[in-house]
Amino acid sequence: MNIVVCIKQTPDSAAKVVAENGQVSWGDSPLVMNPWDEYAVEAALTMQEEQGGDVTVISIGEEGVKDALKTGLAMGCSNAFLISDPAMQNADSQAVARVLAAAIQKIENVDIAFFGRQAIDGDMGVTAAQTARVLGWPILSLASSVGAVNGSIRVERNVEEGRQVVEGKLPVAVSVVKDIGDPRYPSFMGIRKANRATIPVWTLADLGIEAPDTNVRWPEIMNPPEHEITNEIVSGDSPDEIATILADKILSEKVL
Amino acid sequence: MDFSLTDEHRMVQEMVRDYAQREIAPIIKEYDRKQEMAPEILPRMAELGLLGICLPLRYGGQGMDYIALGLVCEELEAVDSSMRVVMSVHVGLNCLGLFQWADEEQKEAFLIPQARGEKIACFGLSEPGAGSDVAAIQSTARRDKGNYVINGEKMWISLASKAHHVMWVARTNPDAPDPHDGLSAFLVELDRPGITRGDIHGKLGVRAGSTGWISFQDVRVPEKNRIGKEGEGFKIAMSALDNGRYTVAAGATGLIRACLDESVQYANQRQAFGRQIGKIQLIQAKIAHMVQSYDAARLLYLHAGWLKNLGKRNTRQTSLAKWFATDASFEAASQAIQIHGAYGYSDEYNVERYLRNARGAIIYEGTSEIHQLIQAGYALGLRGDAPLRKELPAYDRDKWQENCSE
Ligand SMILES: Cc1cc2nc3c(=O)[nH]c(=O)nc-3n(C[C@H](O)[C@H](O)[C@H](O)COP(=O)(O)OP(=O)(O)OC[C@H]3O[C@@H](n4cnc5c(N)ncnc54)[C@H](O)[C@@H]3O)c2cc1C
Repeated sequence: MNIVVCIKQTPDSAAKVVAENGQVSWGDSPLVMNPWDEYAVEAALTMQEEQGGDVTVISIGEEGVKDALKTGLAMGCSNAFLISDPAMQNADSQAVARVLAAAIQKIENVDIAFFGRQAIDGDMGVTAAQTARVLGWPILSLASSVGAVNGSIRVERNVEEGRQVVEGKLPVAVSVVKDIGDPRYPSFMGIRKANRATIPVWTLADLGIEAPDTNVRWPEIMNPPEHEITNEIVSGDSPDEIATILADKILSEKVL
Repeated sequence: MDFSLTDEHRMVQEMVRDYAQREIAPIIKEYDRKQEMAPEILPRMAELGLLGICLPLRYGGQGMDYIALGLVCEELEAVDSSMRVVMSVHVGLNCLGLFQWADEEQKEAFLIPQARGEKIACFGLSEPGAGSDVAAIQSTARRDKGNYVINGEKMWISLASKAHHVMWVARTNPDAPDPHDGLSAFLVELDRPGITRGDIHGKLGVRAGSTGWISFQDVRVPEKNRIGKEGEGFKIAMSALDNGRYTVAAGATGLIRACLDESVQYANQRQAFGRQIGKIQLIQAKIAHMVQSYDAARLLYLHAGWLKNLGKRNTRQTSLAKWFATDASFEAASQAIQIHGAYGYSDEYNVERYLRNARGAIIYEGTSEIHQLIQAGYALGLRGDAPLRKELPAYDRDKWQENCSE
């Protein structure tokens, strides 16, 4: 099984992200692999353990994005490639999808491309579907478990009404959710390997494509309105009394 | 001068932080109350490779450096001291003691399984009647037909009831003019006949860790289990302490950080007199002191780790780092409780556990009084470092990571 995982580097989920002069800022908090993508790496590595083959982790961005790729290697991925090109500076998700698709084609004979459900910075959640569209592959989105059955792949999806089992023919794009299982920690062996690896960098020319058009812009970014929060501790002589006071307060505040 | 951590350091740090926060933080209060060590801790630490982190691959380790060891201790103790104690006794005191002093055959036999985490190791120096005064050790080892017969009791031994191996210091020469020179070190498998051991309960802190006693009654140990030469026991123990104390210093730094983080969080949320208590200058002063302690403690331990990487003697620097960080961690925990008010006084919050845990480190691996004597001794020229027959090897990344079929 030849597997690719597409990852993005984002600010840490603990970062305090604010809008300053229309620009997003996360202060000096570290950049990490998008937390949702860690689940995609986990799904890919589990699949590889069952089916054999290679897991290649790829990303688009500047030199610093190699750190996120190294995390992928440290978790156990076999190869990593960075796609870096000045033309990708303000790329929208469609442009990203075209480039990822070109990279997946360059890797050749890819059976599955895994994605996280969305990136915690842009929160668009469309890259997996758009990449599948460019490749002309089926997309199995928001998978909570993944298994291979001769030549096709079967995923489970948790939907509000219950659970679906969906099967798709390879090659296929899959986006995964948390239920796939906790991402593994990097191993020491992986850490040693990641720090000895040289990660090849591909430009758009290396992929044999022109800079794709970017049609979506973010003209304005605003902070959420500030909320006034006050704390109050409800006390009473018995749990019943506390519950009654609490219920009254909730009703009088018209929360319910 | 370069203060930056390498990518390797950062990855190790993140991995251990994730592990401690995800797997230990949720269960630690329960085990602290039960005064038991969570059974999954040692196997999991072994599986992750932590128990051999800073040993070469050829000795079953993971090939990281001494700084990585410190970073791991900082992360572990930011969650609970009992986790860091494992690193102190297994890696710091025992494995690194073997790495420095054992011969190749002994490294094969003892160090490799320990570094892989297949065998857990502890360190038996203290006795019911001898703590700071190591030369007062009563345990004896007498030669008998190619073996030693060891008798005596060790007290306050971390992991006493969990370990497979102990580094045991006993008197081989009762007639040595200087009693320090009458001591020898042995690596003893704890399944030998004549050994009994148990845990001590009712401790103030590190309740989720194991601290116990080990008693040897006519325990026969082959000569090949003696580490170093006869009479080198004191030097070996002191070398081991140079590494154990380093892990304690790094761990206490993590404890200060935990106190700081939880104090900041609470101070930003708790209201008094119509404002957040974090806006009150007297509370700010406490936070500022924690920041000061954390940064200073961290610089001191990283400096000691850097000296170790270079293969330079670091007895003084390590002692200073340990003395400073442990005293400061107790103060930080005490002030963290103060910031939390009555809530800090209950085990609903972590800070009361931090205080209880911090207290022990001011006693073990050299009491704060002993570290003051050491520091004054260097400053007054009453003390110096004589070269050792065997020094702790300097870190060499290529050599330590070679022979990986990776
Ligand atoms: C939780 C815990 C875990 C431990 N784990 C281990 C372990 O794994 N292995 C091990 O071998 N030991 C271990 N110990 C024992 C520890 O190392 C000793 O407790 C420590 O060395 C102090 O010895 P002591 O308790 O006998 O105190 P003592 O040496 O009797 O000291 C009593 C007091 O006198 C002071 N004092 C003594 N001599 C002097 C002096 N010359 N000048 C000034 N003041 C002095 C001390 O500072 C102290 O305040 C552990 C202890 C604890 C609490």
